[in-house]
Amino acid sequence: MTGVLVRADAVTHRFGRFVAVDRVSMQVRPGEVVGLLGANGAGKTTLIRMLLGLLATDAGRVELLGGPPDLEHRRRLGYVPQNLGLYRDLTVLENLTFIARCYGADVPRLPAEMEPYSRALVQDLPLGIQRQAAFIAALSHSPELLLLDEPTSGVDALARASLWDTIRGESDRGIGVLVTTHYMQEAQQCDRLLLMSNGRVVAEGSESDIVGSTTALAVRTDDWAKAFAALNAADAPVVLVGRAIRVADTEPAELRRILAAAGIEANIEPVPATIEERMLVLARESEAA
Amino acid sequence: MTFGVRSATARFGDTVALDNVTVDVPSGMVVAVVGGDGAGKSTLLRALTGEVPLDTGAVQAPPKQDLGYLPASSGSWAALSVTQNIDFVGGIYGLKGEALAVRRAELLERAKLTGAADRLASQLSGGMRRKLGFSMAIVHEPSLLVLDEPSTGVDPVSRIDLWRLVSEAAATGTAVIMSTTYLDEAERAAHLVVLDGGRVLVQGSYDEVRAGFTGAITRSDQPVRAEWSWRRGRDRREYWPDTDPPPGATIVQPDLEDIIIALSLRRRAARPLS
Repeated sequence: MTGVLVRADAVTHRFGRFVAVDRVSMQVRPGEVVGLLGANGAGKTTLIRMLLGLLATDAGRVELLGGPPDLEHRRRLGYVPQNLGLYRDLTVLENLTFIARCYGADVPRLPAEMEPYSRALVQDLPLGIQRQAAFIAALSHSPELLLLDEPTSGVDALARASLWDTIRGESDRGIGVLVTTHYMQEAQQCDRLLLMSNGRVVAEGSESDIVGSTTALAVRTDDWAKAFAALNAADAPVVLVGRAIRVADTEPAELRRILAAAGIEANIEPVPATIEERMLVLARESEAA
Repeated sequence: MTFGVRSATARFGDTVALDNVTVDVPSGMVVAVVGGDGAGKSTLLRALTGEVPLDTGAVQAPPKQDLGYLPASSGSWAALSVTQNIDFVGGIYGLKGEALAVRRAELLERAKLTGAADRLASQLSGGMRRKLGFSMAIVHEPSLLVLDEPSTGVDPVSRIDLWRLVSEAAATGTAVIMSTTYLDEAERAAHLVVLDGGRVLVQGSYDEVRAGFTGAITRSDQPVRAEWSWRRGRDRREYWPDTDPPPGATIVQPDLEDIIIALSLRRRAARPLS
């Protein structure tokens, strides 16, 4: 297995003439939490379906848990889909029993805080508890690799922290985790991020690797509404933060020209970019290419 | 003009969905309401639109024809084209002929949907569909705009585009209140409201919320009191609400995520869950 749980070597998948995934290479090692980020249509789902063997590769190769991504290797991974994959009209215990039996595993013991919910129908439980149950189900057969699709969507910060306690606990025990997310807070929980755009990996590394020393411009002016309108009309990637304005991917000179043309006096200052702003810039670049 | 709710309480049977909530939504401002499933976000918004009657408290909102609402579900009709969706809603507000055509063209251009005008709503990406719903909610230039999770499930790049549209509405004087599960959006809003179990956990601008936070948050790999700690990446955070952290502990500048978790822990410690 050489210390890699899942590996893609220059994999490509086309739908007709559309290249959904274009020569992507990536891997997840034991104990590692890897975040997969990107716009809708960037190729995240297609990549994951290839990693799972649910979609054939048109070029390149996938290795899952030391072999081809077939049923035999798939049974050694745990998966929490976005819609949780639980039967809503069964109880928590019934779900866990059914799923454990599918894998030939023992029915997992519920942690004390979940015990009061064991005989409740899944559909009657708060979303945070449903998500906990889905995690317990996915972990019941002691998988070596965990695949999570938007694992904390819709839950509050405390429930999200508790789910990440579970995820991190698993990775401490040596499980590899691949997680897709739209939450920047969640991206910050990962050891390593893969940023996809238009079927390609456009950036890779920790959050600080990806953002690096890139900057955005902060515009401060009394006439924020007018400045926002002018920059927006000029199609600059502008974000309003309270009453301040941030602009990604624009030269200071260009910004000054737009504001001057609108008769606005403003103080322009470079500030460290956020990961979202970096994503926006990378997405624009890959679209232009 | 300031809209909002004052001392609002709403019950559904035995469930208190809103518990003495006061929120102001002034013109030209984006107010973001955050919280998890069941926190009371939708109830607060639907109290403003008049869909949920309050048990006690008062609502200050414009009449229906001056209020725009994007529901959490979809906000557009899947079987209609982008143009038909806008024209239908525009027609309800009495827009027709040249005025409707001008308004439609303007909305589509702003939302970058001009190229998709003839596509069915069902054929749009998630982000495009939410932008269509947004455009429909503002077709009649309402003075209060109520958006229920406009960005949930929308990817980060499209979300910035959506935020641009929301900002634009505020910049032209509209009062905007939106619910969101993304804390980065709450940080960007002029005013943020954190709901937890129907009550306001904290509200203010992000700077005010940070300044008003009391106690210390430390970082370590071995927390002293597990019940006051949570995971952030490879380390754990620990909250010291009333006592000083032990000497030598690494104190961190909390972000909104840390602050909300810490305040939620404090609330739960103060009144244990039954």
